Parts: sequence; structure tokens; C-alpha cells
Amino acid sequence: MARTTTERKAIRSLVWLLVIIVALIGANGASVLFNDGQWTPKLALDLEGGTQITLSPQLATGEEVTQEQLDQAVSIIRQRVNAGGVSEAEINTQGGQNIVVSIPGEPDQETLERIQSSAKLEFRPVLTADAASNSVVAPEGTDVSGETPAVEGTDTPAPEGDPAATPDPAAPAAPAPSVLPTNASDLAWITPELQEQFASFDCASLDVIGANVAPVDEALITCEQDSTVKYILGPVEVAGERITDARSGLIGSSTGVTTNEWGVFIEFDANGSQEFRTVTERLVTLPGVQNQFAIVLDGRVISAPRTNVAITDGRPQISGNFTEETAKALADQLKFGALPIGFEVQTSENISATLGVSQLQSGIIAGIIGLMLVGAYAFLQYRALGGVVVVSLSVAAVMTYLIITYLSNQQGFRLSLAGVAGLVIAIGVVADSFIVYFERIRDELRDGRNVDGAVEAGWKRAFRTILISDVINLIAAVVLFVLAVGNVRGFAFMLGIVTIVDLIVVALFTHPLMQLLGRTQFFGGGHRFSGLDPKALGAVYRGRAQFRAPAGVGAVKVASSSREAQRRQTIAERRAADISGERKDER
Amino acid sequence: MSRLTQFGNDLYTGARSFDFIGRRRLWYAIGAAFVIVAISLTALRGGFVFGIEFRGGSEFRVQGTTAVEEGTAAATARATDAVDSVVGGSSPRVSIVGGDSVRVQTEQLTPAQTNEVRNALAEEYSVDAAEVSTSFIGATWGEDITRQAIIALVVFLLLASLVMALYFRTWKMAAAAIVALFHDLIITAGLYGVLGLEITPAAVIGFLTILGYSLYDTVVVFDKVRENTLEDGAESRRTFAQSVNLAVNQTLVRSINTSIVAVLPTASILFIGSVLLGAGTLRDIALALFIGTIVGTYSSIFLAAPLYVHLRENEPEVKKQGRRAQAARSESGAVR
Repeated sequence: MARTTTERKAIRSLVWLLVIIVALIGANGASVLFNDGQWTPKLALDLEGGTQITLSPQLATGEEVTQEQLDQAVSIIRQRVNAGGVSEAEINTQGGQNIVVSIPGEPDQETLERIQSSAKLEFRPVLTADAASNSVVAPEGTDVSGETPAVEGTDTPAPEGDPAATPDPAAPAAPAPSVLPTNASDLAWITPELQEQFASFDCASLDVIGANVAPVDEALITCEQDSTVKYILGPVEVAGERITDARSGLIGSSTGVTTNEWGVFIEFDANGSQEFRTVTERLVTLPGVQNQFAIVLDGRVISAPRTNVAITDGRPQISGNFTEETAKALADQLKFGALPIGFEVQTSENISATLGVSQLQSGIIAGIIGLMLVGAYAFLQYRALGGVVVVSLSVAAVMTYLIITYLSNQQGFRLSLAGVAGLVIAIGVVADSFIVYFERIRDELRDGRNVDGAVEAGWKRAFRTILISDVINLIAAVVLFVLAVGNVRGFAFMLGIVTIVDLIVVALFTHPLMQLLGRTQFFGGGHRFSGLDPKALGAVYRGRAQFRAPAGVGAVKVASSSREAQRRQTIAERRAADISGERKDER
Repeated sequence: MSRLTQFGNDLYTGARSFDFIGRRRLWYAIGAAFVIVAISLTALRGGFVFGIEFRGGSEFRVQGTTAVEEGTAAATARATDAVDSVVGGSSPRVSIVGGDSVRVQTEQLTPAQTNEVRNALAEEYSVDAAEVSTSFIGATWGEDITRQAIIALVVFLLLASLVMALYFRTWKMAAAAIVALFHDLIITAGLYGVLGLEITPAAVIGFLTILGYSLYDTVVVFDKVRENTLEDGAESRRTFAQSVNLAVNQTLVRSINTSIVAVLPTASILFIGSVLLGAGTLRDIALALFIGTIVGTYSSIFLAAPLYVHLRENEPEVKKQGRRAQAARSESGAVR
């Protein structure tokens, strides 16, 4: 009866393993079918070729970056890289303070510079606006009216949108007087050359030339972020650094009842409040588009609200056709885009595609050689059990491959050279678990158990050892992954995955396989080449309490076997010993 | 069955036994000597040689050039010429890696200079400019890595000590394991210092991985030690030290097998990394691990186990057991 239970358990374990593997294959297949995934893991730049740039924030001593700031910086940098027409760039944070930009191939100088420059936010008055002559997007001409947000004081909710104050293509574009402009809204900023440039300005060119930066005291030609409207803007009136806070929320009415309209609430510092007051007091009196001011991030207008009232307290609110998301996005851009954290390039690495391929090949060759050596050694030491090692390693390899591919598809994980090294080294770590197990089984055989019993007893003891040593390995991997930077993470990640795979394979594959093999004549009978031959292992007695005189052993061995016998006490005795032993350990 | 199996049988039954615990003063002395030699020779050489990632600078790598066949001196001279043509008076470090690549390290160059040097190198070695890989590493990058690595080291040691102390239910095993771990780290790092090998971030990965392996090996030995010493009841004939010694002997074959199996793939990476790729990530990781794995196996047996006995043997319980074992032996002398 016991026999069938063990067998059933073993088969159940194997079925579970099969379920896990099939599930992994299914998950991978699903991402290939629906998510544009692939059956091979994506490669990092050191294997694929490309450029990797590590940026770290320039901080004053004692200053810390928050994850929120980093995430914001990542999204700004992503916009900039994409603006350069580079596709497939990957931008990640690393180690809680660095930003890693990975670009396939070799980026041009402009892209590199754009990545490094810190985001610049500024407020400029609108001088003139026009529907963009955009080569890509064909705008609806004047149909931008409804989208123009309005700026209001926090405690004076504005009357509903006044379409009159929207960019009117027919409006100003006044001939430039050749006198010096008196203030930032003065149309004298628009020189004939500027007017000409404006007329031929193509918003699509912003995507190509990238960060469109003009000196703070000069006019700037630029476009709305979605390239629907183009503007000539006056000089900078308020710098982005003046913003102390920006958040999104529902706008309250004068009676304090919240409306359903989303808005962005800005707070300026003392200087900013003063500057903003001056601007709005002037703008509110101006007609047409000159009533608007533009919020410019990295040379692009992210919003150009109308000025409904003069803001005297430095706490303007921007209303418009915001949704919860767009309001939050604008608030984030205002808050973080203004942050004066500069990033500096820590490392910049360019790997040629040839070098990448040769590194990958070397890693794979090293892995194959390592695998063959381990297999050969296992056969030498454990005879037929070496086959169990090789098959188990193969199962572990398949699982690891599937997991890596899955993570690569789902999480954007990329296999690096250090990761490949981690995988190869992990062959040894995984094979070590099998050795610990086999040696335990042999110890039990030496104690005289039959193969069945030795497999069970050996497993109980070996699994504890494998568990604790894998836990130690896992701690190492997690600590390294969380705390370390650079290459170390890829390596640690692989080691961590393999450690978990090791536990699964040894418990759900190797052990059940041994249970089943233990029933076969070859292994269970202790064939000479099975690796489990009790005679070769010098077993001292066989069967249940049935001693068999070991032939031709010396006095030492007799003494030791009697010691052995003493070690095999009754359960009660052993428990007593355990208790006293534990007490001893607690001291 | 192989000879190692027979050897294992004898060790298991006690027919053959190495006195790991009894001669511990000798092992301590050897360990201490190695540590002192590692530290003093490294200091004498003027400290570690750090890779470009720690010094900061620019690195170029020319891939697939036939110029290497001209001989090292000629191939090296080409690189020096190329760099000198752009930035005069610099003395680049040039090395031939693998069969057909040249690595050139210079001080930090501006992006424009980098481009020029790259083109000059491509022309000098008659390869396409795309075959010249460039990298630039800021001087603070290494500090970053080092700081994070040290934080990781400390956190790992704390966590691992805690887990081991909980699992083995005694802090003494954890303490012995950690001492052995430091021995491994110092000797491995010392070998880098003594031989003047460059310490790169990949080598640091190797050092950090030794942490895991060294403890792994010690844990397997200690698990057997714990099992054996727990089985020693009140009427045990063995002293505590003898029990530990038997445990270490019983796991010796396991230790040898696991280390060989762990070393084989590492050696394979080391070989392939050095022969095919030359200096680089693979070789640096593998070299540190190769040394660390061997030293780690040694220290689990010769340092960790004796240290554990050392820490425990003055406990009253353990002493009492020792006296009992002594008495039992004289009474049952006839059996022997």
C-alpha cells in the first residue's frame, strides 16, 4: 500500500511540474500572440550592440532624490529621446537614483545633448498665434477655441469660457515698429525677420531639432505640444523655479461647492508671486491672444491659458477642458519640469554589434562547456545517477529560459553579459543541490536502509539543507539586486531566478524521479552502475533491524558500527536527545 | 564505484578520519598567515589596481582587426599613434584582447575628441568606424558602485547572520561562518592585489557572489554538524569536538563534489572569457569566483567548523558531555 502512495505522490509532483512548465509556455505564447512578444529573451546592449548612458542627479550635499522626481525625469527624458526620432529607446531608473538610457545603435550628438540638459520650464506671454502649418497633423484651423484653458484666481471662479479670447489667426501680426519693446507683451518683439520665420515655421521641425531653446530675454517661436497651434512668445516673465507647488483637483465654485471641472492649482514663491502679479495685471487688459500666457517646457508650449483676472496672491488656477489625467499631467510637469535637478553623464558606453555578438557567443560556448563538464563529472561520480543530474539540469534550463523570456516580454527585462555569466555559474549551484541530495541518500544506504527508504530519509534531510542554503543564496541575490547598481543587478537577478527554479526542480522533479527510479530493478536493486550500490557504499546492515555481518572489517569498523547502532536509537530516546541538544544550542 | 566513493565510505563510518578539529591551531595559523600575506603584499604593491570604471576615463575597443597579427608591439604602437594624433602627449594604455581586438584606455576625452580618436583608430587599424566601441566613465561612477556594494555587503551579512542564527538556533554558527567568509573575501581580494589584477565592477560582482557561495558551503557543513551533535544524547561516547569532526569528515566527499561541480562552469567561463574575449566582464567575474569558490570550500572545513567548536567548548553542557565521553571510553576500553 505504502508503495502505491509514494508512487502516486511522485506522479502528482511531476504533474504539477508539467503544469508549471505548460503554464509558462502558455504565458509566453500568449504574449507572442497578443502582446507582440517573442520566444527569445531580449538582449541588453552589451550583447546586442548600442549605446548605454547612465545619468545621475547632481545634488547638493544632503539632498535626496525621490522616486517621484526620478519617474518624472524619466518621462521627460523619454519625451526628449523620442523627439529625436529614436525608437526603442529604453529609459529606466536604477538603484533609486540613477537613470539609464539605452539606445540601440549610435545616437547623434544632438540626442545625447538633449538627454543631458535639464528640463526647463518658463512662462512667456503670447504675442501672436496661428494655426500650425503642420506637415503631419492637419489642424482644424480656428477650432482650437474650446481647448484654450483659462487662468483664474483661486478664490474668484471665472465666468465660463469666453471663446472671443482664443487664438485668432486673423488678429495681430502687426507690422513691427522699429522701436525697442517696452515690456514682454510689446509687439515690437516681432521683427520682420521673426515674422517671416514664423510664417514658414513648421511644427514638425520641433521634433527633429529637439529642445527649442531661446535666450530668456528674447522672443521664441514654438508650437503647442500637440502641434496644433504655433506661437510667437515674448521673453521669459516668470522662471519655472518660482513654482513651489502644483497640484490637480476639482475646481470649487464661489460657494465652496466642488464642480465637476478639473483644474491645476499653482503656487509661486514670494518673488514669483510678485512677477506673476505684474504679468497678469498687464495681460488681463490686453486683447486677443495677447491676453494669453504660455507655459513652456523644454521649448514647447504645454498650455497657453487666457488671463481672466490679475492674480495677486501668487496662487493661480488653470481651468480648461481638463480631464483628471491631463490635469494631473500638467500639474506634474509644472511641479517637476521646473525642478532644477540637473543630470550628469556618469558613463556612456557604446558597444559595436560585432562585439555584442561575440560576447553572446562566448557566453553560450562557456555555458555549453560548463554543462558538459558538470555532466561528465556527475557520471564519473554517480554513475547512472549522473543521468538524473543532466535531465534535472535540462528541466531547470528550460524553466529558466521560459521565465527569462516571459519577464523579457512582460517586464522589459533584458539579458546582459553579466546575466549570462550568472546563468552559467548557476549550473554549478543547481547541480550542487543534486549532489547534496545524492550524498544524503548514500549516507542512508551506508546506514543500511534499502534504496526506497534511503531516498525518503535522505530527501527529508537533504531538503532542509537545500532549503537553507537556497535561502542564503536568495538573500544574496535580492540584496544585490535591490542595492547594487550597474551590471551587478543583471547578475543578481539571474542568480535569484535560478535559485527559485532550483528549489522547484529539486522538489518537483529530481525527488519524484528518484522515488520512481528507486522502484526500478536497476536502481532499487542497487546495480553496480546505478550509483546506489549498497555493497560499494559499505552498508553495514540491511533491511529492518536485520544485521548482516560486514565481511572482513577491522576492529575500528566494528566499533564504529556499534556506535552507528547506538546512534539509531528508539524514537523516544532520540527525542529526549533532541530536546537536550536544543537546550544546549540555545545557550 | 570510484575511489572517491570508497574514500567517502571510510570517512562516513570513521574508518578513516582527518583531524580537522584537533589540529585547529595549525589551520588558524595557516588562515591567519594567508590573510596577513594578502593584506601586506597588497599594501606593499601600493594597493589595488583599479579598472577604468573606478579611475574614470575613456575606453576604445577595436574589433576584428588583422593588425594584431603584426605582433603586440606593432599593434600597440598603432593605437598610441592614433590617440597622439588627436590628443598629443597622452599615454594611452593599450592591450590586445582575444585574437583580434585591441583595447585602448585614455584619460577622459570630450565627446568631440572621442569621435576623432575613434575615427583615427578605425583608420589606423583599417576597420569600419562602427567596429570601434567607445565608452566613457565618469570618475564618480566607481565610487557609486563601491558605496552601493559596501551597503549591499553589510545588509547581506546582517540578514544572512540573522537567518543562520535562527535556523541553527545558535549565533555561534553564524559567527563562525561569517569569520570564514571574511577570510575568503580577504584572500580573494588579496590575490587581485598581489598579482596586480585590475579590479573592475565585474570583479566586484564576483566578490559579492563569493558571499553567497562561501556561506552556502559552510551552511551545508554546519547542517550535518548540527544533525550529528543533536543526535549525541546524554550517553554519547563522543566529545562535542569529536562529533563535529565526524560530521565534517562525513560531508567531506560532498564538499569536494559540490566544489568541483561549482568550479567547473566557472573555470569554463574563465577559460572562454580569457581566450576568446580577453579582459572583460566574463573573465573578471569568473576569476574572482574561481578563487573564491576554492578558498570558500577550504575555509568551511578548516576554519568554520573548528571555530564553531572553539566557541562552544567552554559551555558547561558541552564540557560535561566531554567528561562523560572520556569516562565512557575508559570504561569500554575493551571494545576498542
